[in-house]
Amino acid sequence: MSDNLLDIAAGATKRALELGASGAECTISEGEEFSASVRMREVENLKQAGSRGAGIRVLVGNLTGSSKTSDLSPQGIETMVRGALDLARITTPDPHAGLPDPADLGRFQGDLKLYDDAVSRIETEWKIAQATKAEEVALAADARITNSEGASFDSYLGSRVFANSLGFAGEYRTSSCGLSVVPVAKQNGSMERDYWHTSAREVSRLESPEEVGRRAAERALRRLNPRKVPTQKVPVIFEPRTARMLLGDLFDAVNGGAIYRHASFLAGKLGEKIASEALTIIDDATMPGLFGSSPFDDEGVTSRRTVVIERGVLKSYLLNTYTALKLGLKTTGNASRGLAGSAGVGPGNFYIEAGERSEGDLIAGVRQGLYVTELIGASANTVTGDYSSGAAGLWIENGELAYPVSEITIAGNLKQMLMNLEQVGANLEFRSSIASPALLIGEMTISGQ
Amino acid sequence: MGLSPSFFAAKFGITERDLESYLSEALSAGGEYADLYFEYLSTSSIGIDEGIVKSASESVTLGVGIRVIAGERTGYAYSDDLSPEKIRKAARVAALIARGPASVMKTGFQEARKHNLYSMVTSPHEASLAERVDLVKRADTAARAYDSRVFQVIANYADSVREVLVASSDGRLSFDRQPMARMGVAALARETDGVPQQGYSGGGGRVTLDFFLNEKTPEHFAREAARQAIVQLSAVDAPAGESVVVLGPGWPGILLHEAVGHGLEADFNRKGVSAFSGRIGQQVASPLCTVIDDGTIGSRRGSLNVDDEGVPTQKNVLIENGILRGYLQDTLSARLLKSASTGSGRRESYQHIPMPRMTNTYMLAGQSDPDDIIRSVPKGIYCATFGGGQVDITSGNFVFQATESYLIENGKLTQPVKGATLIGNGPEALKYVSMVGHDLQLDEGIGVCGKEGQSVPVGVGIPTVKIDKMTVGGTAA
Repeated sequence: MSDNLLDIAAGATKRALELGASGAECTISEGEEFSASVRMREVENLKQAGSRGAGIRVLVGNLTGSSKTSDLSPQGIETMVRGALDLARITTPDPHAGLPDPADLGRFQGDLKLYDDAVSRIETEWKIAQATKAEEVALAADARITNSEGASFDSYLGSRVFANSLGFAGEYRTSSCGLSVVPVAKQNGSMERDYWHTSAREVSRLESPEEVGRRAAERALRRLNPRKVPTQKVPVIFEPRTARMLLGDLFDAVNGGAIYRHASFLAGKLGEKIASEALTIIDDATMPGLFGSSPFDDEGVTSRRTVVIERGVLKSYLLNTYTALKLGLKTTGNASRGLAGSAGVGPGNFYIEAGERSEGDLIAGVRQGLYVTELIGASANTVTGDYSSGAAGLWIENGELAYPVSEITIAGNLKQMLMNLEQVGANLEFRSSIASPALLIGEMTISGQ
Repeated sequence: MGLSPSFFAAKFGITERDLESYLSEALSAGGEYADLYFEYLSTSSIGIDEGIVKSASESVTLGVGIRVIAGERTGYAYSDDLSPEKIRKAARVAALIARGPASVMKTGFQEARKHNLYSMVTSPHEASLAERVDLVKRADTAARAYDSRVFQVIANYADSVREVLVASSDGRLSFDRQPMARMGVAALARETDGVPQQGYSGGGGRVTLDFFLNEKTPEHFAREAARQAIVQLSAVDAPAGESVVVLGPGWPGILLHEAVGHGLEADFNRKGVSAFSGRIGQQVASPLCTVIDDGTIGSRRGSLNVDDEGVPTQKNVLIENGILRGYLQDTLSARLLKSASTGSGRRESYQHIPMPRMTNTYMLAGQSDPDDIIRSVPKGIYCATFGGGQVDITSGNFVFQATESYLIENGKLTQPVKGATLIGNGPEALKYVSMVGHDLQLDEGIGVCGKEGQSVPVGVGIPTVKIDKMTVGGTAA
């Protein structure tokens, strides 16, 4: 099957050249998804299906068109290729449009451990049992856990194929699986939910259902009976879960697409100190077993490790071929796309390097402040750096977590927040392609009563 | 009734007998209910960036989703191949949710009643490609012409047609052909060597390209995006803390979507996990507030002739004079709550299980003059435009992000303020509504609602509204 997909992709780019294209790139992806959810000890949903699709981008000189289809038959591919060529002819010439430099094309050599065959072999009954156990443990954790939004076990098996008219053709398979539970805690008219989630490319690396249930229950319970604090400026600690959301906003600011449009507050700042010395950010798509890893990017460029910020100094933007050319730089192998369209820029494993102090140490150093466990509706203006978000968490008093707070907002500007980053915790865990340890920011504005 | 007029009969030769046989396969392990959702979606999009039409793309996706319900259990499978063998295979996978002897489907289909809410003179794909290129070029030109400080413009135009067939084991059969078009313009402006600011405007609905030639032109959206970017150039820090908040008409109706809409979706209430659970008949808003969810407004983005379970959409009263009246029901919740579907079952695509969702959510107009509302505020904030929003339905806390706001000082709008998040609690926030304007407006048609990983188009609307107390998440003391 896979060889066949490679042939189809390479054949499509060849066909595009025959029909008058000067260049072409074709992506095919195929996947099988499964999910089982359980709620209040009963199976709620079972879902299982497979799907596939192909997309092509063609160049006619400096003109670009693209199309995609779920019909991989010879006629389907022919229609797709012709559609893209027709569309290319209505666009206007873009002097920077093109394919990667052939020297950049290639495959990272080394086992990235993206596929675990065990994921394909796990039985439905076992998956249901994992979800059931996680929910059971959460429900049994405390009398105040009275309800649940359910637990689910998901798995995915996929393969991705890419070929271009420069002769590159490559493929890789991926697997993933995950378990999560959302318990609801209730007391004195206060109702709160939270969740815990574990996911991995290998079944054996999942946290146990007991651990997932226990942590979810603990998190829901500690949110009960929250207070709304007065408006004030205080130090703020982002736990890893919320810190990674903040890091996601920073990704947008180093994305080459925002840089060349002057739509990022970090445009024109290469080589400058833009953050405190505590901050080092890496993007690395070559770390075995992680969600942001791949042997090549979505343009066929070899995956690599890029230092983005080193001890507060902006070292590199993240770029694909197009944005690199616009900026007079070299691609960093961060091209990302669905099936059709020109590539955008996406993260490999984009993470903040761990510091030395434990999260407990960070908290102990704050006399009065906020420990953020949830961001809701976070809004970061990449152009100006203005940041404002709904938040919930725990109030810190004299170095200890004192009581839950909610219905507040936190606000600041990313430029100052980066400079005011006082501490980075040691607790770095890779739960998705963006990962951060706990972060302590010297001052932000809390809006409350 | 034959299937001959249907798209799927013509293109794939699917007959009523085929549908019956697939449904029987789905019920072969004894489910109580099964349905099929056939979808054929064609889309096209074009974009201009830096004055260059850099991208044009199109796509076709098709498939069928098969659902089997047994009690509270749902089995779901889909296929992107419409050959009988593949559909039968998917039906057997979905069937496994039930454990029992085969049940029998009702024979014969009854075509469901449906509205006629969107006129489709020409299919968008018949409109020439050149016309679409012209739309984005006009937007680019108009945004740049608005003010010399505008230095970057991105404009996109996208349209689609979705052909749908729903057939259920209780004999319901419905077809729909659903158009959608949307234009969006983003502009960046700056003073010489100053910090850039951005503005965004967009709109559309269940319309075709003609709408952008005759009703809302590219120039309309372009000027609005440019205007917002220019306004932001002189914006000051937003205030922090509790404040009187006046919402302008139209898109600020996202308040209703977040504060009450999601909390009233029946799945959350059936499970008892919403802050509104068990509160029907209670006062949850000021008596000035009547909130409606209406999927039957012609050409609106959130409207549908039939929902994604084949049930005609309707006009549902959620809150009447401040009293909570009802929930939004899909077929499953209605079955379990012994109620009727409110035509609110929606899904993103054939790959997704339907659930209760909003359509177009708005507040009825009140009596007040909008100018009087602003004049009544000694100190507060006026929010004209928003970005998105989000809600935690369990605690009821919701946020929405103001992107164009002004300080109100002594009854007058003064300085523009920077973007800020507003936060409130669903069952409490609307109790502080003290004035409602007579100027109800629906938004321009850009809303996308996300729930459990599924995105669907929605609309919102609101008149000018005064809220006596809400927390504004700025940075100014």
